[in-house]
Amino acid sequence: MTQPVIKARGLVKRYGKVTALDHCDFDLMPGEIVAVIGDNGAGKSSLIKAISGAVSIDAGTIELEGKPISFSSPLEAQDAGIATVYQTLALSPALSIVDNMFMGREIRKEGIAGSVFRALDHAKMREIAREKLSELGLMTIQNIDQPVETLSGGQRQGVAVARAAAFGSKVIILDEPTAALGVKESRRVLELILDVRSRGIPIILISHNMPHVFEVADKIHIHRLGKRLCVIDPKEYSMSDAVAFMTGAKLPEGAVEAA
Amino acid sequence: MKKLLAGTALAFASMSGASFAADTTACLITKTDTNPFFVKMKEGASAAAAENGIDLNTFAGKIDGDVETQIAAVESCIAAGAKGILITPSDSRALAPVVGQARDAGLLVIALDTPFEPAETADATFATDNFLAGELIGQWAAATMGDTSEAKIALLDLNPSQISVDYLRDNGFLQGFGVDIKDPTKMGDEDDARIVGNDVTNGNEEGGRTAMENLLQKDSGVNVVYTINEPAAAGAYEALKSVGLEDQALIVSVDGGCPGVQNVADGVIGATSMQFPLLMASKGIEAIKAYAETGEKPQNTDGLDFVNTGVELVTDAPVEGIPSITSEEALGKCWG
Amino acid sequence: MSDTTQPTRKGQEFEQTLDASDKTVASFEHESRGFVDRLQHALHSNPTLVPVIVLIGAVAVFGLIAGGKFFSAFNLSLIIQQVSIIGILAAAQSLIVLTAGIDLSVAAIMVLMAVIAGNLSVYMGVPPVLGLLASFVGGTAAGLMNGLLVTRVKLPPFITTLGTWSIFYALNLWLSGAQSIRSQDIDANASILKFFGNNIALGGARITYGSILMVAVFAVLWYMLNKTAWGRHVYAIGDDKDSAELAGIRTDRTLLSVYALSGFVCAIAAWASIGRVGSISPQAFYEGNLQSITAVVIGGISLFGGRGSIMGALFGALIVGVFQSGLRLAGVDVLWQVFAIGWLIIFAVAIDQWIRKVSA
Repeated sequence: MTQPVIKARGLVKRYGKVTALDHCDFDLMPGEIVAVIGDNGAGKSSLIKAISGAVSIDAGTIELEGKPISFSSPLEAQDAGIATVYQTLALSPALSIVDNMFMGREIRKEGIAGSVFRALDHAKMREIAREKLSELGLMTIQNIDQPVETLSGGQRQGVAVARAAAFGSKVIILDEPTAALGVKESRRVLELILDVRSRGIPIILISHNMPHVFEVADKIHIHRLGKRLCVIDPKEYSMSDAVAFMTGAKLPEGAVEAA
Repeated sequence: MKKLLAGTALAFASMSGASFAADTTACLITKTDTNPFFVKMKEGASAAAAENGIDLNTFAGKIDGDVETQIAAVESCIAAGAKGILITPSDSRALAPVVGQARDAGLLVIALDTPFEPAETADATFATDNFLAGELIGQWAAATMGDTSEAKIALLDLNPSQISVDYLRDNGFLQGFGVDIKDPTKMGDEDDARIVGNDVTNGNEEGGRTAMENLLQKDSGVNVVYTINEPAAAGAYEALKSVGLEDQALIVSVDGGCPGVQNVADGVIGATSMQFPLLMASKGIEAIKAYAETGEKPQNTDGLDFVNTGVELVTDAPVEGIPSITSEEALGKCWG
Repeated sequence: MSDTTQPTRKGQEFEQTLDASDKTVASFEHESRGFVDRLQHALHSNPTLVPVIVLIGAVAVFGLIAGGKFFSAFNLSLIIQQVSIIGILAAAQSLIVLTAGIDLSVAAIMVLMAVIAGNLSVYMGVPPVLGLLASFVGGTAAGLMNGLLVTRVKLPPFITTLGTWSIFYALNLWLSGAQSIRSQDIDANASILKFFGNNIALGGARITYGSILMVAVFAVLWYMLNKTAWGRHVYAIGDDKDSAELAGIRTDRTLLSVYALSGFVCAIAAWASIGRVGSISPQAFYEGNLQSITAVVIGGISLFGGRGSIMGALFGALIVGVFQSGLRLAGVDVLWQVFAIGWLIIFAVAIDQWIRKVSA
């Protein structure tokens, strides 16, 4: 059997008296897109934060490619290969596309210029950035020295995804990637998501947009009351089924609603 | 910015000897407690207060012009039931209302060093005759030059606010030098061709240097330099020295601070008029004591609207007809 | 394991009509723009352009108004000399402003360090080199203190430095007794303190070592900000600290280094100031903090952080110097010089706001 990329068991997270995660499980297999949906307050974002290292869990285990992991910051998660594209994108608007792509992992020149004078190798970073953007079909972005703030929302999303995909990531978490975008731009971003998967990188997608979720996801993890209610195949269920599960209006086969 | 400063400035205001045992309480409110001039003033007041059995509270603004802190200080003094206030007003006019309140409450208010406008705002003013201080160095400079027709005068003033100490010294100097000063309460209104120009120094070395450089740019032949105080004079000297013109110009100043007197000894400053802050303060304390005991208020010096605490010319190149003391003698009397 | 079905590239039904529509969303639209628009974009990508234009324009205009006295090699070199101290302080200030902070304590740190170097070398018989060393260590520590208060105690930079301004000022007055150290005493005991007052005569110009130092400080900081990862991080933090943190920058550590470096630069300014002024005056440069902010703002560095080039601050300082010198030589009263500088600041900030709207 294939080993899951991410396997979480019995995650618990409490904020004071509120239990955000109540013995929650999660699985992500290689090469697949798993969408996480759930009503507001169901604990989706706590689950994602637990996996991306933004919050520490009170109980449970998370394994990355079979090895147990525990992160105290998003930085550590990122170093381990779990890249998150936040809804805010975490880009610096005034800096260029290249600067943003290499933020925190800049390449220095070789020799004394790099080791003593700390000089950056701008040429090399440009080249790599251009290459990574082309791979994802984003080379309609012509001037990569352009400040990110002059890009459209979709283009920014593209830069953020390219950054997440560029540096040997094992998993990419996308938080509401289409929430702020128009129809045309959303389409472009969905294609980008499929492009990334076709490069073999599995994706966790958090979205409220049912059509988008049903279009790109291989599996849909439905989160309810702090735990995984069920995982469904989008081809076998309709959107209204999913919404019904999410809100508790209907129970999936074999699932038992907690008291 | 100034408003923000007021809060911190209050923290700087020190309350010394705030015991409730003594019968008579007096307040000393200076512009700052950083300028050595005011440090000396505080020293004189403290010594006189101890001698006369008076309880002294001292306050100070953080910077010159910090009116808010001084107003708060006057109010505190009224509230504390002080008999009298010695104050160097940061603003000659803005403090008038609160001083009026103090006098209505029966306090004796004496302005030290800087008179109010009008002077009657306070019960009395103990100050240096700043016009005379300027006049003395003006006369000395003219006498030292001999023929003043070729004079090229640079005037290094305090700041753009046209405050009394600034225009009194400036105009005093010009009058002593033999220039028609026009309006004695205005600087820079003279039309004498010998004047190269006025510039401001903020009374410190950096400002003195920059101002001198600027005036040298207007006319590099400057040979008489009047400065508002000795730090400005030291800065002016540096500017002249940097272009090798330090022997071309006579620098005169006002104050009598120890570094200034030392600079007279070293030939940086030709002559300076020394004032006596310690005397202002100690006389002020004595006046408050007299007022507390007898209700009598101090009388002005004849012909002036203030009590003159004296000024002496300090130079190592005395000229006939102008009484002066040497820098060596002056070092024994200087402040700071 | 689910089979990876070929995704339905056609999309949702309601989106089908998109196929017929324009597909060029993700490319850069190079539609023709008006002159004002293009200017706005040019300034946006090169914010130092404004101060450079203003500087060149001001030199030209004052050259015409005030004539040869203004436009002489000597006067121009004098302007550089006069702005050198505020210029170096503006470099230190720029570092903080780029991180979206503000430092009200730069001048206080500088004066305190000059007093420390002077007290040790002139009065206490410490070798002047050690006195200077102490001032560099002290300046860095003072900056670090600001940085710790900002990053660890989480105080806003404005409040932090408002506090430390008073603290450093009080220490300065305590150490100096509010008394200047005379030029003659420095010459006799520690002439190296006045090193940066020396000058090179070049034709009519007199280039002081202090002027050269100012340019060198800007050059080094420009390199650090633009050619090293550290510099990119400084910009990213100023732009959006949370984003920078999420992108993997150790923001607090970088901020600490920025404050410490700024303090160190203030100590450099302290050494240069002794050469410039001649004596060590605890009362001088009281408004140096505001003057440095003025230079930074006129230089086109955004007070909101992350935008502008440090070179702008150099031009900003020079613009102020040129205005003061030009207006003075044209016989304009000091009052109106202050007035003019005030308008310059407002003009600069208005331009900054306008440029920032480019992406909207």
